Amino acid sequence: MVRGDRGRPMLPTSATPGIAAAVSLAVLGAFACARASDEARHGAGARPARIVTIGGPVTEAVFALGAGGRVIAVDVTSTYPAAVAALPKVGYQRALSAEGLLALDPELVVASADAGPPATIEALRAAGVRVELLPPADTVVSAAERIRAIGRAIGEPGPADALAGRVAADSAAAAAAAAAPSGRVLFLYARGAGAPMVGGRDTAAAAMLGLVGATSAITAWSGYRPLTAEAIVAARPDAIVVPARVHALLGGTAGVLALPGMAETPAGQAQRVVAVDDQLLLGFGPRLPEAIATLDGALAGAP
Amino acid sequence: MIAARRIAPTRLTAGLAAAVVALALVACLVGAVTLTPGQVVAALGRGLGLDLDGARRDDVIVWTLRLPRIALALTAGAALAVAGALMQALTRNPLAEPGLLGVSNGAAVAAVGFIVLGDPLVARAPAAVVPFLVPVAAFLGALATTALILALARRSAGSATLVLIGVGVAAVSGAATGLLLFVADDAQLRSVTFWSMGSLGGARWVLVVPVAVAAAVTLAVAWRQAAALDRLLLGEAEARHTGVDVERLRRQAALAIALATGAVVAACGAIGFVGLLVPHVIRGLIGPRHRALVIVSAVAGGGLLVAADLVSRTVVAPAELPIGIVTALVGAPVLIAIARARGAA
Repeated sequence: MVRGDRGRPMLPTSATPGIAAAVSLAVLGAFACARASDEARHGAGARPARIVTIGGPVTEAVFALGAGGRVIAVDVTSTYPAAVAALPKVGYQRALSAEGLLALDPELVVASADAGPPATIEALRAAGVRVELLPPADTVVSAAERIRAIGRAIGEPGPADALAGRVAADSAAAAAAAAAPSGRVLFLYARGAGAPMVGGRDTAAAAMLGLVGATSAITAWSGYRPLTAEAIVAARPDAIVVPARVHALLGGTAGVLALPGMAETPAGQAQRVVAVDDQLLLGFGPRLPEAIATLDGALAGAP
Repeated sequence: MIAARRIAPTRLTAGLAAAVVALALVACLVGAVTLTPGQVVAALGRGLGLDLDGARRDDVIVWTLRLPRIALALTAGAALAVAGALMQALTRNPLAEPGLLGVSNGAAVAAVGFIVLGDPLVARAPAAVVPFLVPVAAFLGALATTALILALARRSAGSATLVLIGVGVAAVSGAATGLLLFVADDAQLRSVTFWSMGSLGGARWVLVVPVAVAAAVTLAVAWRQAAALDRLLLGEAEARHTGVDVERLRRQAALAIALATGAVVAACGAIGFVGLLVPHVIRGLIGPRHRALVIVSAVAGGGLLVAADLVSRTVVAPAELPIGIVTALVGAPVLIAIARARGAA
């Protein structure tokens, strides 16, 4: 049951500096050769043909890079673009099944940092599947960096560089053009109809509000917490932002405003409830410029 | 609840053991990845040091994905079934079960509590001890819940009371979990989902060892106390008259239940209904004598979890179904049947 990694080269632990230097040079040389030959073959070897993407923004980026045809399966959070609907689903990104993934015979699994459990990732790697875990993104810079990382992983570094540059520039422009709505905005979230939560600091929602120049109504805590009527009243939000799915789940604007405490807020009195597509709003993927413009437009256009 | 025609325990054990071996073999051969029996045998052989041809992927599937799950299912199922039999004997109630009465919840809350709040302790503990801290926390949670339930159930051990106590304990655990969720960060929340749903997906060899030890200890306690448990069925006073040290029996059995439940919850989360279903069915087949009951239940419990896990990892492949859903689908109707039968009696 204790299996050695016979196929994997071991690094010398007590090598003399000379040997170490020689090894480093050899490794560097090998990389350089591989790089050169890859470029010569137009990256054929580094371009996996069977890719599984885990995480909505990751899938979006792979499709945006024109590699959608190489994607063989996605996780359940991947809902955009529409083409992913026809692909097999590997379940929730935090509860992936190692054998289920291996059954798809992927060459590469590109996944958000949330992918797991760790045992699954370890098993995939042990079975010879390349797994690239990407850092989370909640700024324009990190969103662009993540697109570049995805591009390197799938063998499209050039197009990824171009896309990342475009996303960064367009996002900055969209943020600069944002109307910077005055007043305080509350982000409402729910996993089920009976459990509304509000977003505080250090959330993707707070980062998006920051990008359009809005003030988050909740700054006292980080993450999402259950909503209480008094906390809502005390936060005095001037507008409520709700993911579209949650908006529908709660019964539309009327349902949101019927939540305890909501009617007592400026947002409730002015009926300023804004619904934005979840994946677009919180993904920090290639559609970030569109997300900024949409949120800004929705906040500016709300009654 | 005792069938008129009984099967000889030795024959049933032999039959069940053969069925469980066959089931384990099937579980080893079947999965989301299609491997031929030849490929599986070759991978098994390579793991044992034989020089056979085959892919490294097959080795990983057989040795790090399928076999640890089968081993964990066998030992966890055995531990839960024996713990259920012990609990039913102590409370003299066929509805008693670690899951139903909130012992699993208690263990899960302690484990979650430790994950969320235990960082200072983890920082100070020696590295060698760290992997055992969560199982120990789960054990202590299970122990506290078992002690509480047994103390409460003693005064009045009627079915309805016992189940209501279980509901109360589950409610307290739910409240404690809610409180912990409130202070947990996102990474900790992920672990919480695992603890409350139950899964063998994280099975690794290092997780099998504590569960196997707990199953063996629980079974040994139940086996040694089998005669005393039989006499306890007649009533506490009657057992005392025939020389049973009831207090000692209670303490030992409660420790064994907590050990089994805590170890299982720590390794694969809260899995319900195994402790209810298995001893109940086996008792119907071979009668209430504990020496045979606990052995046969251990074998059947292991087999049941292997089968449930096989279903959970294949029906929605490439994704996976939480195993608790499978055991609940099989177990809940049995619970209702028992409750109805007792209501009619």
